Amino acid sequence: MSDATATIAPPRPAASDRLKFYGIWIATALVLLVLPKLFSSGGSLTTFSLIGISIIFSLSYNILLGQTGMLSFGHAVYYGLGGFLAIHAINIIAKNKFAIPLPLVPLVGGAAGLLFAMLLGWVSTRRSGTAFAMISLGVAELVASSALILRTFFGGEAGVSANRTKVLRLFDWSFGPQIQIYYLVAAWTLIAVIAMYALTRTPLGRMCNAVRDNPERVQFVGYDPHIIRYIAFCFSGLFAGIAGALAAINFEIANSAYLGAVQSGTVLFATYIGGVGFFIGPIVGAIFVTLLSLGLSDLTQVWQLYFGLIFIAVVMFAPGGITGLLMMHRPLLKGGTLSRVLPSYLLAFIPTLAMVTGLMLAIETIVHYTVNPNEDSHIKAFGVPFDAANPAIWAVAGVLLIGGFIIARKTWARVAASWDDALTAAREKGVAA
Amino acid sequence: MLELIVISTLNGILFGMLLFLMASGLTVIFSMLGVLNFAHASFYMLGAFFGFQISRWFGFWPALIIAPLLAGGLGALVERFGLRQVHKNGHVAELLFTFGLAFAIEEIVQIIWGKSPVDFRVPPLLDFPAFTIFSTNYPAFKMFMLLVSVIIFIGLLLVLKRTRIGLIVQAALTHPHMVGHLGHNVGRIFMLVFGVGTALAAVAGVIAGPALVTQSNMAGLLGPILFVVVVVGGLGSLPGAFIASLLIGLIQTFAVSMDGSLAGAFGPLSPDYAATWLSDIWNVTIAQIAPIMPYLLLVLILIFRPMGLLGTRDT
Repeated sequence: MSDATATIAPPRPAASDRLKFYGIWIATALVLLVLPKLFSSGGSLTTFSLIGISIIFSLSYNILLGQTGMLSFGHAVYYGLGGFLAIHAINIIAKNKFAIPLPLVPLVGGAAGLLFAMLLGWVSTRRSGTAFAMISLGVAELVASSALILRTFFGGEAGVSANRTKVLRLFDWSFGPQIQIYYLVAAWTLIAVIAMYALTRTPLGRMCNAVRDNPERVQFVGYDPHIIRYIAFCFSGLFAGIAGALAAINFEIANSAYLGAVQSGTVLFATYIGGVGFFIGPIVGAIFVTLLSLGLSDLTQVWQLYFGLIFIAVVMFAPGGITGLLMMHRPLLKGGTLSRVLPSYLLAFIPTLAMVTGLMLAIETIVHYTVNPNEDSHIKAFGVPFDAANPAIWAVAGVLLIGGFIIARKTWARVAASWDDALTAAREKGVAA
Repeated sequence: MLELIVISTLNGILFGMLLFLMASGLTVIFSMLGVLNFAHASFYMLGAFFGFQISRWFGFWPALIIAPLLAGGLGALVERFGLRQVHKNGHVAELLFTFGLAFAIEEIVQIIWGKSPVDFRVPPLLDFPAFTIFSTNYPAFKMFMLLVSVIIFIGLLLVLKRTRIGLIVQAALTHPHMVGHLGHNVGRIFMLVFGVGTALAAVAGVIAGPALVTQSNMAGLLGPILFVVVVVGGLGSLPGAFIASLLIGLIQTFAVSMDGSLAGAFGPLSPDYAATWLSDIWNVTIAQIAPIMPYLLLVLILIFRPMGLLGTRDT
């Protein structure tokens, strides 16, 4: 037995690798610590807190989608229930003066998420794929509609609110100011990220990947895919509950929107746009989508449409997400042939940019005529003022959109060709793709 | 009581037939392409809004023809230039693509027609009470809706059972690869099926638009129920979808018209816990829980018969 493990197990990582590995985590912790010193305004602190919550939530979602291959349309259920339980916990703690400080409240949310995942997960994880997706949607609708019926617990349309400063104080931290909430969220984010990363390295994490790739084979090996999916589902619920509790603490309110389809959709968008194939993908996606939704809503009225279009574009052209796209370049970088594709990228960039600009111009012009036709036609989108009534603008939009598309298609073919060349060259140099 | 039963049965069958118009397309698309079209209800919504716009320009009757054709054409385009691109990335990517599409369509509809309901009226030709039972006027338009859905149902049945295309579609339901091996242009069949399926959903949209509310959230409201129908009936089973549609239509209509509650039934007992947070459950009426009935049914079916009522295969 020991012989077998000695030959099968990979060699222990070298000291430099381990240093690099732990160095990354320590560096992350330091960055989290220093970040509020660099951007100390209230707005940026709120943004950081939202990003942290979104990172935990997206990573918990990726335990399902990326690691176990289960597409859920109702992940917000566990996020929302975690949030509600956390709010009720804060109220109860404050009322009875229990000796529980606020930083422990996310544990309540996590327990709630875990409990409901255990309760609802058994039936839904019996099947994977499309059936699971539909069932998750049905369960989500069930919970979201029930939340409006059980008014005493969920507070109806208005939701339940709490005062986070009323619980036991440790070291004189009241958790009133946003900076303290930021540190609370940052600490929990770091803990959750480390825990979820560790989970991927356990035998369970490996079996999850096996269930995703080939459930039949897993059965032959002697595992029950249903049980593995169920355990993964429970872990995912746990971390979603923690994220929900942090969100509830951050806003001091929990309402039915936490449980709703929009929330489930947002986490799906964030995770997939970031990339489900790599652990870091959902982190990138959470940062990208949070910043995008905060930034775009200032720039244009119809930011959700752009959001949907970006998502469709990622699904169609970059199924690996942002990290998948970046990681594709690793073999080229190692083989030293990256310089071969860069010129064709540059070439493709210009007509693609023209096409996108044309599309945006067309959308904004149409939006002006359909949403607010009676207002002044001199509108401003993405900080650029233009006259929507001007036929020249229409012509420019059309030319950019159609001309850009025709030229861009040719350059995309060129990108693909030069990409193949570069990859072959890199392989010849002995770099595994 | 009798009045309630008759009216609710009529309305329930009507709602069930509307559901079936959509669910039939959804389940056939699912069986053939393996894609659960998340955007199916969006095509229903597009049908309603196209119908509204066209009936404003040319009247209701042209709209009844043109709007489904337009929506079906759009559906075919989506299959040809969207889904087929994504197909190589697997079913999850396809499902996500239709999810993104549903999101985008809702946004576009909101941009063009706004968030509030549009004034989609019943055509004057049908704006009269068809008959009166127990002092309730039953609108002729609802009878017309029922008629249209029954005609389409029979037409669909005939096409599937009696024509060559129907034969191929039926074969592709169970053995899609074999159909390809036999030399049929599977790509074109897929496009056709997707187009027809979305056009059927759009027909449902045009005839339901004036009777129900035509609003940009109608796809979001109906979409999940549609999935419940397909799962309850059994994935890929047309007869199952038919039974499930009627079942859910009847359950929901009857539930809405009943206002019984636990408190009403066992009121005199009035246990102590009825005053605590459980009072919500104690006092809730059946009419109030009508929206969650389909999902309760879904959970029950999943526990006791995971394949669905008439489903044969596990996905």
